[in-house]
Amino acid sequence: MEQKKSIEEFGFPLVVDEKSGALQWLDVRELNIRYTISIENIKPFYEGLRQGKLLTTRCKKCNELYFPPQKDCYKCFSSDMEWIELKREGTLETLTVIFVRPPSFSMYDPYTVAVAKLDDGPKILAWLKGDPRKIRPGQRVRVEIGRRKEGYMMYELVPLG
Amino acid sequence: MSENVAIIGTGHSKFGTRKDVNVAELCWESIKPAFESAGVEPKDIDYFVVGTAGMWSSEAAVPALIAEYAGLEPKGSMRAEAACATGSAAIRVGYTTIKSELADLVLVLGVEKMQESPSSTVIELIGRFGSYFWEFENFGLTFPGYYAMYGTAYMIKYGATEEDFAKVAVKNHYYGAKNPYAQFQREITVETVLKSPYIAWPFKLYDCSPITDGSACVILASEEKVKELGVEEKVWILGQGTGTGTANLSKRKDFTSLPSVVHAAEIAYKIAGIDKDDPVKYLDGADVHDCFTAAEIIAYEDLNFCRRGEGMKLVREEQTYIGGRIPVNIDGGLKAKGHPIGATGVSQAIEAYKQLLQKAEPGRQADIVKGRWLAHNVGGTGHYAYVTVYGLEKR
Repeated sequence: MEQKKSIEEFGFPLVVDEKSGALQWLDVRELNIRYTISIENIKPFYEGLRQGKLLTTRCKKCNELYFPPQKDCYKCFSSDMEWIELKREGTLETLTVIFVRPPSFSMYDPYTVAVAKLDDGPKILAWLKGDPRKIRPGQRVRVEIGRRKEGYMMYELVPLG
Repeated sequence: MSENVAIIGTGHSKFGTRKDVNVAELCWESIKPAFESAGVEPKDIDYFVVGTAGMWSSEAAVPALIAEYAGLEPKGSMRAEAACATGSAAIRVGYTTIKSELADLVLVLGVEKMQESPSSTVIELIGRFGSYFWEFENFGLTFPGYYAMYGTAYMIKYGATEEDFAKVAVKNHYYGAKNPYAQFQREITVETVLKSPYIAWPFKLYDCSPITDGSACVILASEEKVKELGVEEKVWILGQGTGTGTANLSKRKDFTSLPSVVHAAEIAYKIAGIDKDDPVKYLDGADVHDCFTAAEIIAYEDLNFCRRGEGMKLVREEQTYIGGRIPVNIDGGLKAKGHPIGATGVSQAIEAYKQLLQKAEPGRQADIVKGRWLAHNVGGTGHYAYVTVYGLEKR
C-alpha cells in the first residue's frame, strides 16, 4: 500500500524513515521461502506418531540409540538401523516461555518450550502443556500426541501429577 | 605454520540504526580508517574476507560489492559465516591464510545491515540458527528462547536470579555509555531491566542484545610484512581455538555450559601459552559473547575465569568492572554496543587492539599490565565457538 502510494506520488517506491528522516527505497521484489524437506528415511517416525507411539532408530550393529531418529550410524558407519519404541515418560530439564514469537507462529499464544530427559535415555524438545509457573525442578512429564492449530499432529510434553 | 600474525589497522563504524547509509557505504565507514591506521592502500592487499550472515539485507555478494566500492578488485576473497561468530570465522580465514604463507596482508571485514528488514523478519530468521527441522519448524524457538533455556537451567542449578542477570546488562550499559560507537549510549538500572517486558522467560527486553547495523574492519599482516612496513602500533594474534556444538539442543549434555566454548578455550589457551587453570592471571580483560545476560555469566565459567556456579558471584561483587578481578565487555558488549552479527567478532578484535594499545575512550580504559586480551565469540547457542587471545608481545 505504502509502496503504491509513493510510486504514485514520487514516481519511485520511496519512503522517508520516520526517526532519521533518511530516504529509503522500498524494495519492489518480495521473496517467500518454503522448503520441501525429505523425510523418506524416517517415515516410521511419523507412522508411529499417528498410532500414538514415539519411535526412533537404533543401530543393529553397535546398539547406539538415536533420537531424533537418523538413517546412519556415525559410530560404526552402518546404515542398518532398527526402529524401536521409546517409553513416553521422562523428567523435565529446562524450559522457556516464548512471548515474542516469529511471525510464522503468530497464531499461537505465548508457548512454553521445554527439554525433558526420557527414562530411556534420549532428551526431547517440545512444547509443554499447562501453566509453566506450576512447574518445579525435577517435574515428571509424559510425551503425548496433540493436534496443532494448523491441523497436523505433533508430540508435546504434558506434566504428570 | 611459523608466521606470526598481527592486527596493524582497525576501523569501526557507528553501530545502531543506520538508515542513513546502504551496505557498501556502511562497509566503507570501517574500511577507510582501517587502511589509514595501517598505512596501506587497497592495492597492497593480497586477499580479503567478509564475515556476513546476510539474509535480512539486500546484498548477498558483499565481497564483490566491496571489491568494487573499496577498490579491491581483482584480489581474491570469500564470504565467511558461522552464525553470530561470523566475524571471528572471518578473522580465522585471514589468520590461517597468513599462517600458511599464502598471503602477507589480508583485510577482514565484518558487516551486517539487519535493519533492512523489519524486526519481525529478523526474529523469524535468527530463530533458525539451530536445528531448523526438529526445533524451529514445530516448536518456534527464537534466539532468546534458545539461550533462555540455558538461563533457566543455570537458575535451577545454582540459584541465580533474574536480578543477577540484570546486573550484567547494567554493567554493559554503564560502559556502552562511554563508547561513542555503541548503539545504546546510556546507563540503566536493575529496575529498568526487571520492569521491561518478557521476550522469552526468564529474559526480558533488557536481557537481550539488540538488532543492529554496523561494520568493523581489521587489516592483518605477517611478521615479515610488519617488519617491512615498520609498523609500530599493532597487536598479535597469540592463539585461537574453535569449537562446534550439536544442532539440536536436545542433544546437549546439560544447559549450564557450552562444550564448544570449553573446547575452543582449551586450544586457544594452549597455543597462547596461558595456564588453563588460571587464565585470569594472564589477561588484562576480555570481551565475551553477551548476546543475552545469562550467556555472559556462563562464559565466565566456560572460560575458567571462575569456578562452576561462581559466575553470578563475579557479577554480584562487580568483579568484571574495571578494577575488579577481570574487566569484561567494557566496550558495552553485544548488549549495549550492539550486535551486527557478522561485525561482532571483528569489533571484539578491535576492542582488544584499542585496550592493549591504551586507545580506549575516557572512563573505559583497563589497566594494561599483562599485555593480553581475550575475545569469546559464540555462534547460535554454542553451535559455533571461537576464542581468540590477542597480545602486545608475539610468542
